[in-house]
Amino acid sequence: MNQNQTESNTPAHRRILVLGATSGIAEATCRIWASQGASLFLVARNAEKLAAVAADLRARGASFVDTAVADLDNTEHHPALLAHAVNTLAGLDVAYLAHGVLGDQTRAEQDFNTAAHILHTNLMAPVSLVTWLANFFVQRRNGVIAVLSSVAGDRGRKSNYVYGSSKAGLSAFLAGLRNRVDREGVTVLTIKPGPTKTAMTAGMKGSEKFADVNAVAKSIVAAVDKRVDNLYVPLQWQPIMFVIRHIPERVFKKLNL
Amino acid sequence: MPPAEAHEAQQPLRYDTGTSSSAKAQFESWGRYPTYAANVIPLHWQGDFPAVAQNLHNGILPVGLGRSYGDVCLLKDGNLLATPGMNRIIAFDRETGLLTAEAGISLAQILDFAVPRGFFLPVTPGTKYVTLGGAIANDIHGKNHHVAGTFGRHVTEFEIVRSDGSFYYCSPTKNPEFYAMTIGGLGLTGLIRWATLQLKPIVSRMIDYEGIQFHGIDEFLALTEASKEIEYTVSWVDCTSTGKNFCRGIFMQGDHSTKRAPLKTSPDPKLVFPIDAPGFALNHLSVAAFNTLYFHKQMSKRQVSLVDYEPFFYPLDKVLRWNRMYGKRGLLQFQYAIPWNNAREGTVAILKEVAKSGLASFLAVLKAFGDVPSPGVMSFPKPGLTLALDFPIKPDKSFPLFERLADMTLEFGGRLYPAKDAAMTAAQFQAFYPDWQQLARFRDPMITSSFWERVTGDQPSL
Repeated sequence: MNQNQTESNTPAHRRILVLGATSGIAEATCRIWASQGASLFLVARNAEKLAAVAADLRARGASFVDTAVADLDNTEHHPALLAHAVNTLAGLDVAYLAHGVLGDQTRAEQDFNTAAHILHTNLMAPVSLVTWLANFFVQRRNGVIAVLSSVAGDRGRKSNYVYGSSKAGLSAFLAGLRNRVDREGVTVLTIKPGPTKTAMTAGMKGSEKFADVNAVAKSIVAAVDKRVDNLYVPLQWQPIMFVIRHIPERVFKKLNL
Repeated sequence: MPPAEAHEAQQPLRYDTGTSSSAKAQFESWGRYPTYAANVIPLHWQGDFPAVAQNLHNGILPVGLGRSYGDVCLLKDGNLLATPGMNRIIAFDRETGLLTAEAGISLAQILDFAVPRGFFLPVTPGTKYVTLGGAIANDIHGKNHHVAGTFGRHVTEFEIVRSDGSFYYCSPTKNPEFYAMTIGGLGLTGLIRWATLQLKPIVSRMIDYEGIQFHGIDEFLALTEASKEIEYTVSWVDCTSTGKNFCRGIFMQGDHSTKRAPLKTSPDPKLVFPIDAPGFALNHLSVAAFNTLYFHKQMSKRQVSLVDYEPFFYPLDKVLRWNRMYGKRGLLQFQYAIPWNNAREGTVAILKEVAKSGLASFLAVLKAFGDVPSPGVMSFPKPGLTLALDFPIKPDKSFPLFERLADMTLEFGGRLYPAKDAAMTAAQFQAFYPDWQQLARFRDPMITSSFWERVTGDQPSL
């Protein structure tokens, strides 16, 4: 991997780190990047699934694919993992964080450990990763950090407020970080997908109406290219969440959402 | 993004709205008849099965995109293992064109991948929205059957996993009996995890096309004889006409263009058939009018042109959910293969019976099958003529006609195609496929389908 810095802005020469690469949205996004010829470093927990994703992306035209098996809950391993990825790719242009858990809301309502685990995976671990990545990109005065948050973070609802609060914290963290590093040439992209058809949502009520994962991926790739700050995907979630955020609390608290 | 993928959101195995919160839902196949409740278990990874099938108390059936017309892809009150999420490419050799992929990949996704790399499917049906696994399980055929044989002939190897966790690598030389029973085995021998397909090189998306009007079966047979060297041949037949127009049609033939041209991916289809048409929309008059227009759309006796492969192979894929044209009651497909010794006589007799019934068939497709043997024991095609018809369902009329046509097929030594069937009787099936008990022996004890239960009376042994 000897990528020339000046070429790094064209899709074919982009070096991309993907954390949580076996998630449905991440895999669909990577297929587009692979077909553009990007170099990819993929991280996921399950070695067998990771190998299947990597083989597919190689066949689809990625210039280079390497992988690391890691449980991203172990924040103490993050610096070594990220340094290894950057060394392997001989630099980094885009970091894409896609790992996360939906968690068991009903159990989390009764059991703090369940709630804490959701918050750790969806909030603490990304904060650890993004802190390292932001400082790395600031030094180089260039880079994109794209993070999967969720519309569920825009307002807590009884059906999934533990997941929602982890994403709310993440969105707030990213907004603040953007305010700090945007002027240093670093783009922080907060992605808020609505419910999307993936393994995570399979079998959920109404899942046949969820967004198509390939359409979601296409929007994410375009947002990274245009260095957008915030992306609701599909776009209709932007006005929907605007309305939901502005429902008066005395009404909202009585709704079943 | 491979454009076709977005459209598999149009799940033909669709949930009816207003179902409960469980994954159990009403499922219909492409013919929209019959419709059965089933539990859906989506598979995303090769290792998901059989783990996901532990503790299930009724049968299971691996399914793809549900483009089969009848009930081979349905299992009443059972568990459907939906494979389209298992769609990764495992390996591709750009020199030889050998593609290994997970079995839930669709032919549309394969084309999006292969065409820009200068390769095409060795055999393709009339829709690209079928999975690799489904194409093997139904041993599908295409317009090039007379030169290329069935799809299974181009599948060099695959792996099946059974509900007890055992797995078999299958090829013509390794586990040859599982190989032969799985090709055309209706998904019953185990879950096809992945398969290797031999693609063929192309230098252009375009097809050198020729359309020729014919009047009567003898003109059709003469054209068939004259086009043996041409890769793709198929005919549309007007089966509403009688008298001097009886068995008129258009003979369509084509070869891949050998003139180099850009190998882009196909654009996304834009049209979706918006509503369920009312039951009376397709009647004898409207179909006869359509057929007359279609016949004369081609102004001259012969028409030569260069056409893209999309309209040549997949004219109906342009309109997603086109099966809604047949309304909520759906359609019955009928496709036979009758061997050469009775092919002419049988085809004339059956077309006369259809015209006499007054039940309109909108799409009638006639083709000669070649003598390239399939590796599959239960494969449908055999040398002779094949005719495919579809009828809107009129409850008291369609089924008696169908039974008559199936009996005639049997008398002429032919057989019907399970992938397009929702009505053949157990006795008819067992006469069409004398080797069916062999498939029964190789069947995974947990796997069954509504089709299999209907034509064999076999129940899952749990």
